[in-house]
Amino acid sequence: MDLHKKRKLVNRIALMLSLGAMAFGLFWLIWILATIVKLGVSGIHLSVFTQMTPPPGSAGGLANAIWGSVTMVGLATLLGTPIGILAGVYLAEYGQNTVLGHMTRFINDILLSAPSIVVGLFVYTAVVLPIGHFSGFAGILALAILVVPVVIRTTENILRLVPNSLREAASALGAPKWVMITQVTIRASQAGILTGILLAVARITGETAPLLFTALSNQFWSTNLNQPMANLPVTIYRFAMSPFSDWQELAWAAVLLITVGVLALNIVARSLFKQKIVS
Amino acid sequence: MNIEIDINKKKKPTPTVQLKICQFHFYYGAFHALKNINMDIYKNHVTAFIGPSGCGKSTLLRTLNRMYSLYPEQRAEGQLLLEGKNILEASVDVNELRSRVGMVFQKPTPFPMSIYDNIAFGVRLHERLSRGLMDERVEWALQRAALWDEVKDKLNQSGMSLSGGQQQRLCIARGIAVKPDILLLDEPTSALDPISTLRIEELISDLKKDFTIVIVTHNMQQAARISDFTAYMYLGEVVEFGETDSIFVQPKKKETEDYITGRFG
Repeated sequence: MDLHKKRKLVNRIALMLSLGAMAFGLFWLIWILATIVKLGVSGIHLSVFTQMTPPPGSAGGLANAIWGSVTMVGLATLLGTPIGILAGVYLAEYGQNTVLGHMTRFINDILLSAPSIVVGLFVYTAVVLPIGHFSGFAGILALAILVVPVVIRTTENILRLVPNSLREAASALGAPKWVMITQVTIRASQAGILTGILLAVARITGETAPLLFTALSNQFWSTNLNQPMANLPVTIYRFAMSPFSDWQELAWAAVLLITVGVLALNIVARSLFKQKIVS
Repeated sequence: MNIEIDINKKKKPTPTVQLKICQFHFYYGAFHALKNINMDIYKNHVTAFIGPSGCGKSTLLRTLNRMYSLYPEQRAEGQLLLEGKNILEASVDVNELRSRVGMVFQKPTPFPMSIYDNIAFGVRLHERLSRGLMDERVEWALQRAALWDEVKDKLNQSGMSLSGGQQQRLCIARGIAVKPDILLLDEPTSALDPISTLRIEELISDLKKDFTIVIVTHNMQQAARISDFTAYMYLGEVVEFGETDSIFVQPKKKETEDYITGRFG
């Protein structure tokens, strides 16, 4: 066969394989989304947002779980983000080739891929057992531990994309390093860093295992972070496994809420990142 | 080539030395990149460094504001006397030095902030100015960089929104806003189109009234057009240094002549 024909054939086969792989992936994704929407929508009523998680057999909603999830995810992000950004700045701007830098990066990679249940058990042993009860604080701590490595990784990667010429230009004007970092390099990578934070939020919003061992759940409305706290993932876990159909319906409604929430966050993150590329 | 020479030019008064380079050596790790450089940079004149790629002209330029000190494996030996004081001494504050020796790079590097803040950024590092004085300074710098008329109505827009040539003039404005004594230009036009290049060349001739200018260029015609003094460098050494007219018309060394006439390099 002549060379050009052969290349065309190989090209066509490779294209078919990639298209096939894409179709295979999308098939399941669409199936999952369709199921979630189909089963979730019927459970979404106003009462979902106003009433507490019910005992089996009576009417109720998810208000306390939504509140708990939003509170814990929000506070965990507030706690984990500054640590992640500062460590990411250190890795990108100061510790590029130092022993401490390499070590931190290595440990962070381990933390990044650590199963979340390990983090949950860790907080359970370190915080819940000594204190003696489950609490919102412990949940926040576990989620924050999951936020940190994601933010460190994205912050470092984004900062490294900033061309060195920009750093030199700032230094050439007589800017001390901290001014260069805070006013030039971080500003140049704002959108990317924000994307990283949103992705971290999206990740912890759906985490069940770390909360199961820390915040557990609560049937009532609770703003006391020192008490067990209701949250969507654990509620889904409990309700979906139950034999009661009204619980199952609420579980699906919660699944839909989380999915839509995470999807919205991802869309915001993507559009932010796109803006960054364009500018 | 378009070199104008006025043969009947009267003997000029000897210019003042602003920066004296004495027995200067530079190393990238173990590599001896600059060897025994001795040269004077004259006040309110344009000095050009020319030579083939890798000859060390940018390296030399980047030592004059100690840019190399960002990179720990690079080091310099010898003396760079700025008005009599050796700027290589550890006691010299590099940030203060850089307020006196500004630099513009090959590629335009606007900061991700407004045009106004791009200019004000450097000024704020060294001076506390009231809003009104800062406005004046920004306008002054943009006027001097021949950019004011193009940007005066959009000072709040991002510096990134300007064209390449405008961005480079923005960087020049940013450099002079700090009011340095010396302005270092590292191939400032090599990324620009001919019209932008021409504008920057005109600008350089105008700026030397207020600033001492050192420019690295790949373009010999450019050196001939805008500089008063030229150093021809090769393999980390200054082969010949002198008034631009004499370097281009009657080079003393064979190597210089070969390079200038295009037989080499």
